Amino acid sequence: MGSSITQQIFQQLVNGLSLGSIYALIALGYTMVYGIVKLINFAHGDVMMVGAYSGWFAITVLHWSFLPALLFSMVACALLGVVIERIAYKPLRNASRIAALITAIGVSLFLEYGGMLLVTAQVRTYPPVFPETMYSIHGVIFKYGDIVMLLTSVILMALLHFTVQYTKMGKAMRAVSFDKDAALLMGINTNNIISFTFAIGSALAAAAGVLMGVYFNTIDPLMGMIPGLKAFVAAVLGGIGIIPGAMVGGLMLGLIESIVSGLGASTWRDAVAFLILILVLIIKPSGLFGKNVREKV
Amino acid sequence: MRNWFNRQNIVSLLGIVLLYGVIQGLIVLDIMPPFYKLTLIQICIYIILATSLNLINGITGQFSIGHAGFMAIGAYISAIVTAIQHGPLALGLLAGAIAAALAGLLVGLPTLRLNGDYLAIATLGFGEIVRIIFLNTDYVGGAAGFTLPSTITWTWAFGLMAVSVVLMKNFVGSTHGRACISIRENEIAAESMGVNTTKYKVIAFTMGAFFAGLAGGIYANYFYIIQPMTFNFILSFNILVMIVLGGLGSMTGGILGAIVMTLASALLAGVPEWRNVITAVLLVLMMIFRPTGIMGTKEFSLNFLGKKSEKNAASKN
Repeated sequence: MGSSITQQIFQQLVNGLSLGSIYALIALGYTMVYGIVKLINFAHGDVMMVGAYSGWFAITVLHWSFLPALLFSMVACALLGVVIERIAYKPLRNASRIAALITAIGVSLFLEYGGMLLVTAQVRTYPPVFPETMYSIHGVIFKYGDIVMLLTSVILMALLHFTVQYTKMGKAMRAVSFDKDAALLMGINTNNIISFTFAIGSALAAAAGVLMGVYFNTIDPLMGMIPGLKAFVAAVLGGIGIIPGAMVGGLMLGLIESIVSGLGASTWRDAVAFLILILVLIIKPSGLFGKNVREKV
Repeated sequence: MRNWFNRQNIVSLLGIVLLYGVIQGLIVLDIMPPFYKLTLIQICIYIILATSLNLINGITGQFSIGHAGFMAIGAYISAIVTAIQHGPLALGLLAGAIAAALAGLLVGLPTLRLNGDYLAIATLGFGEIVRIIFLNTDYVGGAAGFTLPSTITWTWAFGLMAVSVVLMKNFVGSTHGRACISIRENEIAAESMGVNTTKYKVIAFTMGAFFAGLAGGIYANYFYIIQPMTFNFILSFNILVMIVLGGLGSMTGGILGAIVMTLASALLAGVPEWRNVITAVLLVLMMIFRPTGIMGTKEFSLNFLGKKSEKNAASKN
């Protein structure tokens, strides 16, 4: 009996890590964009939806395998992210933050319902891209898909970390996020850097979309709403604007959710996520990894 | 003492009564098609929602996007009172509004310390939590929701709308309302001038929640059925679009926005798939080209009628 409970716990941990790695990938995009233009990109979850659909298109219509499909949807969404930024957010860069937030909500609605017009509201099934192999270690089951998902996320996060910390572009990104005007004076083309940030964030969201499609098997035009909000919760939990924070926050949220589901309260899962959000905002708005910033007059 | 029976107030009152009378007449004589009546009552509901959200977002300068949550509380509580407990309609509406106000107070006290984006997200999270609670409560039918008799008539809807708007308008014009506006304009300056910013933010938030709950009650007692899905954050966004379109901070702008958006969605009822796309494009274009909305923070008023009488009063003194 005791061993079966431990098994249960480990099984939920595996599920939680898989789900959490998806949240982490989406949360990274939120956090990067927030760090650089101080905008909550509400449309981010919907970019993920577009990514899931382009992956679906590549796999079922073009008959590509998993990796090319993943790359295809990442490139497509990177372009989409840049276009969204240029058309909708760039004209508002010096407007009030509320105006930018409302625009982001508008873009989100546009992607959701525009997508619905384009591909209809019908739910589509993702083709099985991975073999149904299961590995069992002491009774804890790992699906082949779980492992690929975790690996993909870890590789992408490592790549991101390398880009941000060790390349010229990453250095410029950090400079712009630190002080946009000073970066501009130092000869950094801030417009390009902001576009680049949106491209990377959207590509990560696309990867999360494809993984999500593979994980849950079904996709629909409104699939981005709730995961998008939850990824935002993850970003806030880790400290918004902080890249390692988003990774940890995403994994934590995934774990918490699967624990709540494991306790038999899966219908309350979403409520728990939002409750965490409100608690974090009230107790430590800067998040787990954040530093307190004093308000200056 | 101020003279309440000045020309503006009399003209406004006459206008309100005339509008009510004409439409009531059309309904009683059965000339009004049911779809028009439905749209008119919807307009009343949305005017209350938009004006109450404007009190929080436009006048006090906070940013709440959880209005559907308060509306849901009002709708469910009033429906429980009228349909399950068989109480009178007025009691149901009042109970719903008070419950929503209490929720507003409860949420407002801790979260109003946050500002801008963070407050927006916290209220959004609150709205979703409310929805999920009702979704998981079997007493109110869970995801399927429950049905109740439609007892709201045009008289109820219009009367409550007019009273709510007048109350909120008077609040904005009062000392308290001005304190709220000062918070919007510059919170730090307001605080250093001795305005208790937290108090006024909570007052505005609670008042907004109260009227959102009232609107929810009207909604529940008119539309036969309430379901948790109705009160998702798309609804909150729709109300937000109305006040942004009309002009954040303008009470009459909010009313205008509510009328325009409800009419637009009634006109587009034949092509529902386009409705949200058009709303979205409108929102983005609006923010880029005219972020202040139709009215900005200006109000449509009947001041030009009052000038003469004010002058007379001044010369007498």
